[in-house]
Amino acid sequence: MNESVSRRHFLSRGISGLSAVWVSAHLPALVAAAGHARRAANAAIPPKFEFFTAEQAVEIDAITARIIPTDETPGAHEAGVVYFIDRGLATFSADDQKTYREGLPELQARVSELFPGVVKFSAATAEQQDEILHSFDTNAPSGRRSFRARPAAQDFFETLRGHTIAGFLIDPDFGGNHDGVGWKVIGREREHMFQPPFGFYDKDYPGWQPAVKEAEKK
Amino acid sequence: MVDQPKYKTSDEVDFVIIGSGAAGGILAKELSTNGFRVVVLEQGPYLTEADFTHNEIEILAQDKLTNHPKLQPNTFRKTPDEKAKPQRALVYGRCVGGTSVHFTANFWRFHEIDFIERSKVGPIAGAGLADWPITYADLEPYYTKVEWEIGVSGLADSSPFDPPRSKPYPMPPLPVKSCGVVFERAAKKLGWHAFPAPMAILSEARPGRSACINCGYCLGFGCEVGAKSSSLATAIRMAEKTGRCEIRPNSYVHRIEIDANGRATGATYFDEKRNTHLQKAKAVVVCANGAETPRLLLLSANKQFPNGLANSSGLVGKYLMFNSGGTVNALYEHPLNDYKGFCVSRVLHDFYELDAQKVGFYGGGGLDARFDFTPITFAFGGNAPGTPRWGKDFKAALSHNFGRTMEIFCHGTSLPVENNSFSLDPELKDAWGLPALRLTYKDHPDDLKLTNWLFERAHELHDAAGAQKKWGFPAQEAQFGVHLLGTCRLGNDPKTSVINPDHRTHDIKNLFICDGSSLVTSGRGQPTMTIMALAFRAADRITALAKRGELGA
Repeated sequence: MNESVSRRHFLSRGISGLSAVWVSAHLPALVAAAGHARRAANAAIPPKFEFFTAEQAVEIDAITARIIPTDETPGAHEAGVVYFIDRGLATFSADDQKTYREGLPELQARVSELFPGVVKFSAATAEQQDEILHSFDTNAPSGRRSFRARPAAQDFFETLRGHTIAGFLIDPDFGGNHDGVGWKVIGREREHMFQPPFGFYDKDYPGWQPAVKEAEKK
Repeated sequence: MVDQPKYKTSDEVDFVIIGSGAAGGILAKELSTNGFRVVVLEQGPYLTEADFTHNEIEILAQDKLTNHPKLQPNTFRKTPDEKAKPQRALVYGRCVGGTSVHFTANFWRFHEIDFIERSKVGPIAGAGLADWPITYADLEPYYTKVEWEIGVSGLADSSPFDPPRSKPYPMPPLPVKSCGVVFERAAKKLGWHAFPAPMAILSEARPGRSACINCGYCLGFGCEVGAKSSSLATAIRMAEKTGRCEIRPNSYVHRIEIDANGRATGATYFDEKRNTHLQKAKAVVVCANGAETPRLLLLSANKQFPNGLANSSGLVGKYLMFNSGGTVNALYEHPLNDYKGFCVSRVLHDFYELDAQKVGFYGGGGLDARFDFTPITFAFGGNAPGTPRWGKDFKAALSHNFGRTMEIFCHGTSLPVENNSFSLDPELKDAWGLPALRLTYKDHPDDLKLTNWLFERAHELHDAAGAQKKWGFPAQEAQFGVHLLGTCRLGNDPKTSVINPDHRTHDIKNLFICDGSSLVTSGRGQPTMTIMALAFRAADRITALAKRGELGA
């Protein structure tokens, strides 16, 4: 099964209300970005990139920062997602190298198509960047102007979206989500063990009571 | 700790068991405890608690614990007149302990009706519904045995719909989660009967095993503290202690050998380096799951059995059932933090037996309150439809929704349809050059009607609970399964079943089968408890046959 088929299949499952058992079974291999980028993400001095050139890394970092932006709380940039993706592409997500190699230049071509004079994604304003990404997002409202089709870039955007999510939310022990910032954003405590009460509704639970009356009625 | 014996392949052991999951683990434990020499051949690696992590990449995207789609590709088609296309069709555990290592651990018993439904409701058009050759009463002592031997938490008599039991659970239920409280309160308003979920997860420690630490990584993951009562954490360890059982991992069986007298003589397998070995045995027990068991029987075809072993009925691989179901999800005002803990704490079975005359279709099922997402799977599939997929609003949605979302999982019957099957793909091969599994599946219309009906109940429940927003989708035809049931069904008649009530194949005296493939009906979801109970019972039957000398030449 090729990756784009598996991804479509995964996405269609993901929105269909099926249990997460099916969802997770279809997590595309492309999400498999890293496993040991932790070292890189945690290093005080950014290490050398293994797959990206420094220039590409700046562009990728800028794109991930629009997918999960930094606002009052940290985003993909602070989570070190670009390092996570770089490690992944250099190791066991090497299958996605082609997607990045072909997709990034196409995406960059769209930058000047849309905004003449702007040559790099990272040089565009945040609003311009969002517009560029929207032009590749199949779920976005239909385009305000017509473009030359750039399927490689569309595929690249979907792949990068998956990698960014994975790099932002993975257990920090496994190569992304630097300092657990992704979990802070979604409100997941960074503990290995938990004790009840877990949430608001089980705090004042009095204990299970048999529904005797109803049972007798039936 | 007793060292495992190392049998030579030329040693004719008493039993070779193929597969170490829910059934294979129990059979290994029981048969070795009863004095037999046993070799268990498991295609996957021998991982233990120290290998189990929360690494979503390794586990969910790279299939560390499960069948790998690149090594073992599948094909799918809806009906036999179509050509099947490559597509992942199933997930099962591929490691010592099998699927019981990564499952959710819902662990209720089947009810009386599941065994006698054909007699009760009569024939159903387009389905091969049949009674089991055994009843709930026959299996009850074995259900109890499972609960006490492996450790199941729950509260006896808490559901008015539960079948009778001879003993309470060995330990109290796990703590309630917020989704469970929301579910239980709403059910009460509607006059329904939510009860503490029976779970194969320890609420109290046992020797060498911790009680559940509520880490939140159950579904898909192995338990790093041994709280989940997998075959690995329970029966396999007991089997090893007998000193008579060898667990041989990385052993991919692809042929059962048959002699000129039509008797099984052993199993041929590839080791890790793809060298071929034949483990000799007096009898063979296949516990390879509802997909790989029929595949192995078909792969073992020979001159004497040109249609595959034990297949005189032509039913090997057929009557596949997946269990119908799906989820209706909702957002609540306050944090549930359901990522903490195990998946399920409350279930209800008010709809276990629906009146077909009233609802207009056959079937039954139940609802459970759960959260089975990890942070990453939630970001992909946990938000309501229409939620932005990236950007500021996506981030805001994740931030707000992750702790406030719960699922109601609807679980129900699948009718046995003869065309629904696992078979050998005529073209696609696996990484070892063997024919790949081909899935043919199209839900019986009643299964889809049932699922939609249960979805409506789940919506009612979310409404009664005061959900702020809820969403679900109409039932879709399945193209993919994780409950692999019915493909070598039990029965008294060799023309309409593959194995007899002793789990002996009708055709080959010393070839036995026990796993999800043995089930005659699908129950209402969550089959592992019943598979383990069948395995305990099968071990008793096989032991009795062996002691009477009925397995020898």
